Amino acid sequence: MATLARLQARSTFLAHQYYFRNSAVDVFRKKEYDAAVKIQSWFRGCRIRAYLRYLHRVATVIQKCWRGYLGRQHYQLIVKLEFCTMKMNLYNAMAVRIQKRWRGYRIRKYCFNYFYLKEYLKAVSETNDAIREALEEFAEMKEREEKKADLEREEKKRDYQARKMHYLLSTKQIPGIYNSPFRKDPDPWELRLQKAKPLISQRPKVKQKRGVNISNRLACTSARSLPQSEILPPIDRKQCQGPFRDITEVLEQRYKPLEPTLWMAEPINELKMAREELRKQEWMRNINDNMFLPFSSYHKNKKYIPLMHSSSKYGPNSYGSQHFRDENPKKWICDKKFKFHEDRNVCLTYSLLYPHCLEQHLAKERKKERKKERKRKEKRKKERRKRFPNCITII
Amino acid sequence: MSQRQVLQGVMSLLRPLLLDVVPTIQQTAALALGRLANYNGDLAEAVVKGDILPQLVYSLAEQNRFYKKAAAFVLRAVGKHSPQLAQAIVDCGALDTLVICLEDFDPGVKEAAAWALGYIARHNAELSQAVVDAGAVPLLVLCIQEPEIALKRIAASALSDISKHSPELAQTVVDVGAIAHLAQMILNPDSKLKRQVLSALSQIAKHSVDLAEMVVEAEIFPVVLTCLKDKDDYVKKNASTLIREIAKHTPELSQLIVNTGGVAAVTDCIGSCKGNIRLPGIMMLGYVAAHSENLAMAVIVSKAVPQLSVCLSEEPEDHIKAAAAWALGQIGRHTPEHARAVAVTNTLPVLLSLYMSTESSEDLQTKSKKAIKSILQKCTYLPALEPFLYDAPPNILKHVVGQFSKVLPHDSKARRLFVTSGGLKKVQEIKAGPGSLLQEYINSINSCYPEEIVRYYSPGYSDALLQRVDSYQPLAN
Repeated sequence: MATLARLQARSTFLAHQYYFRNSAVDVFRKKEYDAAVKIQSWFRGCRIRAYLRYLHRVATVIQKCWRGYLGRQHYQLIVKLEFCTMKMNLYNAMAVRIQKRWRGYRIRKYCFNYFYLKEYLKAVSETNDAIREALEEFAEMKEREEKKADLEREEKKRDYQARKMHYLLSTKQIPGIYNSPFRKDPDPWELRLQKAKPLISQRPKVKQKRGVNISNRLACTSARSLPQSEILPPIDRKQCQGPFRDITEVLEQRYKPLEPTLWMAEPINELKMAREELRKQEWMRNINDNMFLPFSSYHKNKKYIPLMHSSSKYGPNSYGSQHFRDENPKKWICDKKFKFHEDRNVCLTYSLLYPHCLEQHLAKERKKERKKERKRKEKRKKERRKRFPNCITII
Repeated sequence: MSQRQVLQGVMSLLRPLLLDVVPTIQQTAALALGRLANYNGDLAEAVVKGDILPQLVYSLAEQNRFYKKAAAFVLRAVGKHSPQLAQAIVDCGALDTLVICLEDFDPGVKEAAAWALGYIARHNAELSQAVVDAGAVPLLVLCIQEPEIALKRIAASALSDISKHSPELAQTVVDVGAIAHLAQMILNPDSKLKRQVLSALSQIAKHSVDLAEMVVEAEIFPVVLTCLKDKDDYVKKNASTLIREIAKHTPELSQLIVNTGGVAAVTDCIGSCKGNIRLPGIMMLGYVAAHSENLAMAVIVSKAVPQLSVCLSEEPEDHIKAAAAWALGQIGRHTPEHARAVAVTNTLPVLLSLYMSTESSEDLQTKSKKAIKSILQKCTYLPALEPFLYDAPPNILKHVVGQFSKVLPHDSKARRLFVTSGGLKKVQEIKAGPGSLLQEYINSINSCYPEEIVRYYSPGYSDALLQRVDSYQPLAN
């Protein structure tokens, strides 16, 4: 039992010793364990890292090759694109050049042609100048005409005045107002007065008939009808030589009025004139000036123009029956054709209604007559031949 | 009042004399009535109220030519005062009898009848239509061809009065072939006849392009231009009216006028007359220039711009100035070349003063403002723009500064000139709200110049410099 007690007393110590020895080992165990783990993990790590390095290297190689490939493809694409772009740029540039030229040309030629505008404006200003000149000329001409008209009017006025004042003209004895002896030259009015005709107060103009009618001659039967001469004979002329008759006697003789015979007193065409007179009076009284015509259509002398359709080269066509009547031979009473009445008057009226029928009818008649004539001649010839077989007949 | 009563008493005395047996008394009574009615509108009304017109119309149909003349004179005298009186004449059936009188042999009767018809047709379109419906127009055209000058005058004036109201009436007149006869008569030396003929043609041409073309086809150019040199002022006025009416429709017609040298003739005509006579010529130039820039250039080449600026400054009347301002605006608004041509003649300050002056009428102010604006928007001629910097009101100043800001960045000589003439200084002095268009323009102008210059010219720079001098401490040695 002592041992037991001793053991039991020692048990806790044992326990503690057990525990401490276990735990001391544990301490180291842990340390050693941790060391071992570290070493192992380090080694493993190295191994794996080496492996990973290897893998990386390999992957890099692959990726390198692949990226090179992709890059080269990309590069080719870029080169292509660049090339295309360059070409397009070139084309664009050239197109721009063309369009530039064309647009400039178009605008300058068709839309706004500067030179044409300049020309136009020049032409306008030239026309303006021409018009201005022309208008100036016109205005000047008008002015000149006006001035001329004014001058003429003035001249006429002065002339008229000079004619009215004609009595102020200077004579040989007495110098006139405008011709003062103290002047060197006579006043222009003097010259004007000299040139002017004296103004005569106007007598009412009597219309004188040209060609003295015999009837007028008869009117001036009075002894006082002497001719009126405008110019008086000059006062101091030389005496004519020789014994002369008394001037009144001479004038009486010279201007004796006509005493015609009865034959001359009446005009030779008196009858004609009387008829004319009568006709004039009748004409005055007539209501209607047209002559009385026998028939209402007498004045209608227009030639009948037949239709072209119904006329041919040789005259109007027959319609089948000339007189628009049906010919029905069965109904005829006798075989002969209907004859016109021999009566002349009826023939005439009929001919007036159908003028072309008249011509035909007359032609027919003439034919018949000629035939008859010929027959008669033949007959006579035959008779003569019978009677005088050997003679030559002279007709 | 009593005078009027006396006159009305006279009227009642005259009326029975119209029915007198002796024809001379009738004629003299009619003549007296006509003269009374001619003098005063009230008397004309009294004539209408006194029921004299039906009697006149009735006897107009029957009597001899002296009575017809007197009766037509009465109708004319009554019809000229107002549309109502003219309507009264139409209502009593006078138009038919007047038209019958137009067919009479005596030219004096025709003249009196045509005169009466002209006066009736003058008032408004309905009366004109009534005259046309009565069949007067072909007879008037026949009257124009008669040898008597007075008859031609009156017939032309009647046709002018008829055709002025509406295109249909003008077309009726044209359909009868009036244009050819009227065009022939332009060459007649009588000036009163020319007045009426030109007035008739212009009334026809004003309504539409077709009518204007028909008038032109009658070969009036260049004969019409000789009328612009006539001694009589009204002939010139009517001739320029005619050309104006033709030019205003289409560019082609204006082109035609320019090609025949019409612009030069009109310019000379403007130069040779004064007052209202000039007005149609001025308007014609404006119309031609308004159509296109080539035509405006043609107008400039014909030396019209100096003439117009003379008109603008000389004329006392506002409406003529307004027309001249409008015409200048039309010429200058197309391109910088055109604006330069207008600006060179120093008209812009005149226009500005007209715009600013309180005496000018509203119409003149609006027109000059529009002209200034349209010219300024294209003007690159800087010497003409500079005065504007000093006097112009803000709304115009904006445009002026804008133009400067467009031109200065590109032209170095102009920049130098701008500085030396004091323009830059003025621009600095302009106060403008920040962010406004004016400020932008000012900034763009300032950016054309180096900073020193801009600072030098900015207001208050001398003060700022002096301040710097005050605050400057010299380096202590």
